[in-house]
Amino acid sequence: MRALLLRDIRLAMRAGGGFGLGLAFFLILCTLVPFGVGPEGGTLARIAPGILWIGALLSCLLSLDRIYALDFEDGSLDLLATAPLPLEGVVAVKALAHWLTTGLPLVILAPVLGVLLHLPGPAHLWLVVSLLIGTPALSMLGAFGAAVTVGLRRGGLLLSLLVLPLYVPTLIFGAEAVLRGAAGADPATPLVFLAGITLATLAVMPFAAAAALRINLR
Amino acid sequence: MSLLSVRGLAIARGGLRVIEGLDFSLEPGQVLVLRGPNGAGKTTLLRTLAGLQPAVAGEIRCEAESSAYAGHSDGLKPALTVAENLGFWSAVFGGPAIGPALAAMNLTELVARPAHRLSAGQKRRLGLARLMVTGRPIWLLDEPTVSLDAASVALFAAVLRNHLREGGGALVATHIDLGLPEAATLDLADFRAGPGSRTERPAGFNEAFA
Repeated sequence: MRALLLRDIRLAMRAGGGFGLGLAFFLILCTLVPFGVGPEGGTLARIAPGILWIGALLSCLLSLDRIYALDFEDGSLDLLATAPLPLEGVVAVKALAHWLTTGLPLVILAPVLGVLLHLPGPAHLWLVVSLLIGTPALSMLGAFGAAVTVGLRRGGLLLSLLVLPLYVPTLIFGAEAVLRGAAGADPATPLVFLAGITLATLAVMPFAAAAALRINLR
Repeated sequence: MSLLSVRGLAIARGGLRVIEGLDFSLEPGQVLVLRGPNGAGKTTLLRTLAGLQPAVAGEIRCEAESSAYAGHSDGLKPALTVAENLGFWSAVFGGPAIGPALAAMNLTELVARPAHRLSAGQKRRLGLARLMVTGRPIWLLDEPTVSLDAASVALFAAVLRNHLREGGGALVATHIDLGLPEAATLDLADFRAGPGSRTERPAGFNEAFA
């Protein structure tokens, strides 16, 4: 398991691994929004929580198809399925590796881009907290979607369509938590819902994804 | 006690049965060469035995997690070096040393080279070296000698013979002679699912969409 995690992280960091892809997309989106919407602080501050969350979500989506596609193409996935590791564990580890190389950098970068978008000061804390709680669900749901579409040519489009509706609850509660933080209200309720979604996803999705993988490997 | 015994096995590819009524067993120290024309179901049989797809009928008896599968692709990561690639599989299979496997497949000089710089034959040799670090008794080999030169085929035959001497067994789908005179042959053409059997096929929808 640890070897698999280290391998996936190493592969993502090496040249051509696509480590910076999501991060660069997030940066570009958040830099372009003030140009598109206009530099007026009040407007930006109002839409900043939503933009930051949508940006994080889309950046996550961008690298999802890589979770298994390369392993499927070079035959590693067949070999992993016959290895002594449970396939559920393989899925969970791959989702974790995806989160560590995509989700976590987004969480770290988000407060910096929050400043760019005039996000009110106290909301920064809640932005980081909500992303930290919410992004693991994005990676795990994505790992499920990628498992369903593995082996399909140009499966990326189908993957996005499958996964986006599943991302909606996380987006709603995540952005709501930051909005409340920005307004000085108590963000506990949306954060609890967000944590609930993430925990349920982490509990159920490895099994669903492993089942989908088994069918796709036949 | 055989390593693997198969009774009345039927397997399907793309929802159509390709082999029916297959019976054989694999004893320790035995190598069985699968023969049959293209499309006879050699790969499908090996994948079924490896547990990658379910059998349509019949039973496969072997110990859990006793087989190592080597398919058409080697499962190598181009960005990782030879040692990293093999070391990963060794860690997955409980961490045997990779030195002997590298030496046996004549890869020791290439350990630090990234896999994308290897030739096709060298990649194949690395893929076969993986079998040695799995520590599993049954090797399921699908065309193991593709892109190997004569010297490498001999090298692999020696590795295989050593594996058999240690009580392992192997099922090899191949079209060329491995230089193993003791190998028994299993001709899949004898077990081809015929048109006559199609009418009495039991499974319905599930099989068609499998």
